[in-house]
Formats: sequence, structure tokens, C-alpha cells
Amino acid sequence: MREILETTKDVNGLHLHFIPNKKYKTITLVLKLKAPLSRDTITKRALIPYILKQGTKKYPSKQKLQMKLDDLYGASISIDGAKKGENHIISLRLEIANQKFLEDTTTILDEGINLLHEILFDPNVTNQQFEQAIFNREKETLRQKINALKDDKMSYANMRLIDEMCNGEPYQLHVHGYEEDLNKLNEQNLFTYYQQMLKEDSIDLYIQGDLDEAVMERKLSAVFHRDDLEAERMQITKNPKPASVEKTKPREVIETDKIQQAKLHIGYRTNITFQDDAYYALHVFNGLFGGFPSSKLFINVREKNSLAYYAASRMESHKGLLLVFSGIAPDDFEKARDIIREQMTAMKQGDFTENELDETKALISNQLLETLDHPQGTIEFLYQQVLSNKKVEPLAFIEQIKRVTKEEVVAVANKLEEDTLYLLTAEKGDSNE
Amino acid sequence: MNKHTYEEIGETIYTKKLENGLDVILLPKTEMAKTHGLFTTNYGSIDLEFVPIGKDELVTVPEGVAHFLEHKLFESEKGDVFADFSKQGASANAYTSFTKTAYLFTATDQIEKNVETLIDFVQDPYFTEQSVEKEKGIIAQEINMYDDQPDWQSFMGTIKAMFKHHPVNVDIAGTVESINKITKDDLYTCYNTFYHPENMTLFITGNFDPNQMMQLVERNQNRKDFKEMKELRRNFPVEPQEVATKEKKITMPVSITKCTVGIKEANLDISNEAFLKKDLLQGMILDHYFSKGGEFYQLLYEEQLIDDSFFFETNLDRNFGYTLIGSNSERPTEFADTLKEMLLRITNAKLTSETFERIKRKKIGKLLRSMNNLETMANLYTHYHILDLDFFSILSTVRALTFEDAQQFMQNWISEERLSVCTIAAE
Repeated sequence: MREILETTKDVNGLHLHFIPNKKYKTITLVLKLKAPLSRDTITKRALIPYILKQGTKKYPSKQKLQMKLDDLYGASISIDGAKKGENHIISLRLEIANQKFLEDTTTILDEGINLLHEILFDPNVTNQQFEQAIFNREKETLRQKINALKDDKMSYANMRLIDEMCNGEPYQLHVHGYEEDLNKLNEQNLFTYYQQMLKEDSIDLYIQGDLDEAVMERKLSAVFHRDDLEAERMQITKNPKPASVEKTKPREVIETDKIQQAKLHIGYRTNITFQDDAYYALHVFNGLFGGFPSSKLFINVREKNSLAYYAASRMESHKGLLLVFSGIAPDDFEKARDIIREQMTAMKQGDFTENELDETKALISNQLLETLDHPQGTIEFLYQQVLSNKKVEPLAFIEQIKRVTKEEVVAVANKLEEDTLYLLTAEKGDSNE
Repeated sequence: MNKHTYEEIGETIYTKKLENGLDVILLPKTEMAKTHGLFTTNYGSIDLEFVPIGKDELVTVPEGVAHFLEHKLFESEKGDVFADFSKQGASANAYTSFTKTAYLFTATDQIEKNVETLIDFVQDPYFTEQSVEKEKGIIAQEINMYDDQPDWQSFMGTIKAMFKHHPVNVDIAGTVESINKITKDDLYTCYNTFYHPENMTLFITGNFDPNQMMQLVERNQNRKDFKEMKELRRNFPVEPQEVATKEKKITMPVSITKCTVGIKEANLDISNEAFLKKDLLQGMILDHYFSKGGEFYQLLYEEQLIDDSFFFETNLDRNFGYTLIGSNSERPTEFADTLKEMLLRITNAKLTSETFERIKRKKIGKLLRSMNNLETMANLYTHYHILDLDFFSILSTVRALTFEDAQQFMQNWISEERLSVCTIAAE
């Protein structure tokens, strides 16, 4: 086992993170911009990644930008937005071949770092606005994306569950934004927000690969500067805590669509997030309940009763939710729901063995170590520390998992509350009403 | 045990063909925490007609047996194999494609035990009438789930439009009707024939010692008896060069119409060297024109004929091959017509040598990136190994490709009678 040696340093208004290791044949750079979720900004922030991908001042079209990336031995860039707890995160990821494995001796890494900087800080802008043609085209792309969300039934059902469950909380906001808000945007007001975002968002920049740390720092600090150090102070006051919710009794929401397989999703409040000490026990709880093929949900819903093709649970670690997903035959709704609830009751009563507990802990440890064998996975794991304001080294995290006791898991189980059940089922289904 | 070091990428591979015919390939990567094992049979959904081991006559089995076997092997006489892996801190999975069925695990602990579990469960079939019947319910759910997915319907729809007789035109999982015909005997017939070590490859990569690992696999295999395997004969219907249907429409509830154009490959009876060249160039040329920022992608995008869902993929095997290009589109007819016209233009298009150098650089970078990931490497290595090609030599093959190779490939790649269009639209 090897420790991931991440060192951090605040330079020029950014938080730099260095992760030197010999695992990969590429160098990975990830830049993350963080701001609180809000209805006023979510659609703008959903559109920004689409615009940034279309080029920079120096490479002012998608084609010119791509040719530059191709020249850099097919460097890849991806830009996207995501919800983490009640934050919105825009990530820019650049992966570029390590010069060690190339025949020529050009400095493609330096060029790659410059390019990443240009994409964010020197976009294709004239007279304080984005290019109109690009803006209009990308707005259309996002509009189509928003409209196509309904076609993937599993994520649609998840979105509807969160709509119902987190009504009025920032976490309810749709990560792709809203069509009615999109209509109000133009190339000018989006750029105005963009400048504000660059000033106010908290920015973390990670670099990982077979490189010396001093070299990394020199390269990054030579290129990245942020004038406005106000950003940091603003972030400290703005770092949002998940909204607290009044307890109500569980609700059932049933909707229909032209589908053959029904989606049964159930949302629970865990009342525990990444920064809480009980988080490790929650992690183990999720593993026993629905996180692995050996879990209660998989065994009892899928294997023993042949009810579902999939049945699993997942945590939203920074919001304090636990979500159960299953795909079932429409007629099996009540049976599947009751079995899922029985598994939760069993967890609350401590109906699992010490042996199962140990196996689950080993699986979690395996899963985390595997994540650390992926360049992007490592950075995502480490970024959780930024999100939660809690410093915990990956191996220390695994140690904490291993120390979780049965009593702690049962205590966590008893803190969980079912909040909302959402069923998307076939039309003309007469069995559910 | 053969040892081969590839200096330019800094990797060393250890290989051995065991007495029973099993190919074992080891790639130690000690900087990684985990180990990944991939046990693959050269047997997929298209292998419906073959001579069973020890017999002389061709038989035909119901569609979906390969995938059904994948499900059933996870159930041993003692119980669920997933649970055994879980107990050993490993995560396991399996998949079935047109040409392969693969079983895999990843683990960071108890590596030797997990390797043994992987080999043993795949080599220890246990099917009863009752368990076969029960599995039909689960697989039917899986088939229904795929039936609801417009992307999958679009994929299979295009394949069906292209191929008239070749069994690649059948859903990998089969149909609810075909799987209901599957019997315990069908499973054993296919299992005994295609899961013979002679037809299988074991690839292990990660944190282990190669000598100890090879000994462990050999000891394991020496404990088991297998019938002698002569030649494995499969039969495929004669497939015309041209597509079965030029246009196919499928109706299902989607909010935006989906449209895919398929290019059917022909003339695949070529040398290994020529096959690899074609395989690489097909991917590289397609990527050049259709990746984001590519000439044709950009035109389609600016004309608003495509959106974010635009994709392309290419798959070349020894007896079938296809390329798919598709997107959600609000003007599907115009999209398909424009795309077809672009594809036909490639035949006479001229690249500059500078452009081709850029295309090569991109491919080299992509190959290096694929080597970051143990699973990707295991998959690619096994894929090429089954085709009798060496994945780790591909980097040099790419470097050696010339501008003339590319030009020649483009001249012969596409023709109108080998194009199909499949549209998925709401009623």
C-alpha cells in the first residue's frame, strides 16, 4: 500500500495541489471552480462549459482549439458542471502525454498548461461579450440537452425524486439549468456573470503525474495568477451548509410514462455528511444495505425474488441523502417496495453478522484503493476534502472505515429517515392505484 | 514462460501457452494498488452455429445462449460467486459482446485467492433445470430494460439494417422468445465447446510477482481434466457486401428523433498486417473528420443538424465490421443526407502530410492514455491477442503508417451500397 502524497499550496489566489506519482503515462491537470448552488446562476453555469469548449481568443473556433490539442499528442480537454452537496462545481480537465514516452523533446506540457489557462482566463470575447454565433449555437445545444433528459428513464426518475424530496432546497436545482432561464440569457449578460465567477469562485488546481513537485509548482505558478484575492474571503462566509429540513412523514409519488420497466426510487435523509465522524459508519451502512452485489438490496430484491434487474443504493455524501434505485416489472411495485423497506428495518435492527461487516469494510477499502489507481478518481477523492473543509488522508480514511463497529452502523441506520418514494411506471397500470 | 520488454513504453509482458491450451498473459504493474484479472472466451452472441466438441455435425442454438451462460456461471453449486469475491474484498463483473464473453475481478488484497476464484468459477459450470428457469425471469427484465433505451434501439436497429444474414444482427441478450427456448443441455453444449482452455485467454495485470503468479495458474490448471480439443468449427451464413436495408424506421416514445448512419465493412479476408492497418486507419480517419472540432463534425454542428449526443464508433472483427455515426437531430432527414454525402466525399478527399502527422500524434497520445488504466489495457490486449495481434506493438505500427497508406485506405473505404440509415422517432 502506498500513501497518496498530495501537497497543497496557496499561490497567486489559487489553491494548488501537487500529486507526484509514477502510475501513469500522462500528466493530468484539473481545475475546479466552486460556488454555492442558486437558481440565479445555475443555468448560466450550465451553459459556460459549452461555450468554453468552443475555443479561446488565440484559437477562436472549436476546430482551431482541437487542432492545437491534436498537435499536443492528442491532449484531451473536458469541461463540465456538477452538483456536490449544495455547491456547483465547474471542472476543467486536461490530460496530456508525458514527454518521457514521446520521441521528440518538445515542451508539450508547458504548452498544455498555457492552453488550460487560456481556455479559462482568455476566452473568445470581444467588447465584453462572448461571440454571438457561438453563444446562440451553444444555447441551443443546452436547450436540447434539457429537453432530452426525459429519455434516460433512470436519471429522469432520479431527478424527479430529488424534485419532490428536496423541494425548496438548493440541492433540488437541476444541474443542466432551466429552459425558461436560458431564454433570458444573452452573450453579454453571460459574460458579465463569467467575470464575476472568475473573481468570486474558489479555485483549486490539481496536477498529477510522473513529475517533480518543485517543477510542478514552478510551471503552474508561472502561468496562473488571480488578481482578486477577495475571492477567498468571500468563500469563507459563503461556504454553504446543507439546509435543514422539517420532518414530515414519507410521501409516495407515482407517475406514468410509456415504458415497460418501472423505476422505483426511494430517498432517505441520513442527517450525516462527509465532515461528520459518523460518516465512516454511514459508508459501511451503505455497503451492507445496497452498495455492492453482496448487499441486502441486491440479494433480496434481485436474487431471491427475481424482482428487479438492478437494485442498489448510493450516498450523496455532501448533502446527507441516501438514494435507492431499482428497475422492476410494473406489477411488482408493492412487493418490491415492501422488500426494500424490510431490508431497511433489518439494518436498523442490526440484522447482519460481524463477518458481513468485515467483508463490507474490505470491499470499501478495495473500492477506495482502486479509485486511487485512476488519475481522475484520485483527484475527485481528494477534492472531497475541499468540499467538506475536512482534511483526511486517503489511507487514514480507510483506517477509519476499518474501525467502524456494528453498534455504530446500527446507530447510523436508526438516524436514517425515509423521505420520499418515487415510482415511474407503465401507463394503464391498474395495479398501483 | 516468455518475457518481452517493450522499451518505448516501459512495460514487460510474461506469456505462456499451457499444456491444456490456455493462453496466460501477465503484466505486472507494481506501482498500482490493485490487480485486475480478465478471463475471456473467444465466444460471443454471434456464435450460434458450430460443431460441438466431440461431434461432427453442425448444430444451431437459440439466440442469447452466450449471454445466458454469462449469467449462469456466476451461480456455483455452493451459491453466488459474487458473494465469494465480496468475501475476498474483490469486485467482480462479466460482459458478453458479439464475439467475446469475459469475466473479471479487481482487488487490492488476497490477489492469489481471487485469481483462483476467477478461474475456478468459470471452469466449474453448474446448471439445473430449475436454476435455468429462474434466470429466464431476470434476463427478460434485462431485455425489457434495453427495449426502453432509445440509444440501444438505435444501435441494434442500425446493425439490423446493415446485416441481412450475419448473426451480429441479433440482440446480444437474445429475445424474450428465444431465451425461453434455452435448455440446460444447450448451455452445456455451448459451455463444453467454447469454454475449453484452448479457446480462452487469461490476462492478469497489477501488483504481483509474475513467477509466482504463473506457477499458481499452472498448478490450478494441472489439477483439471479437459477433453482434447481439435479444431473449433463455427459457421456463418454468407453475407452480401451491400446492406440489407438502406433505410429503417423505429417508432418509440422519444422527445427528439435519433438518427444513425452505418457503414458496413467488406473484404475482411486479408492478412493480419493489412487487418491491423485497416483497423487503425478506420479509427483514425473517422476521428479526424468526426471528432469535436473535426471538419465534418463542425459543419454538422454549425448547421444545427446534431447536438451534444453526437457519437461515432467503429468495430472491426474477422468476419464482420461496421462504423456507426449518429445523433439526436431535429432535422433527421437532412442530417442523414448530409452525412451520407460527406462519407462518400472521403473517397476522393486529399489529406496533407502535415494533417496526417497530426492524426498520428493524436492516436499515439490516445494509446498512451489507454495504458493508464489496467482494465482498458487488459481489454485491448486481449482483444488484439484473440485477433492474433500484439497491442503493445501498435504504437510502432502507428508511427510507421504513411500518408500514402491513409490515402489508399480512404479511396477504398466507403461506397453507397454499404450505407444504412436508422431513425428512431415518436409516433
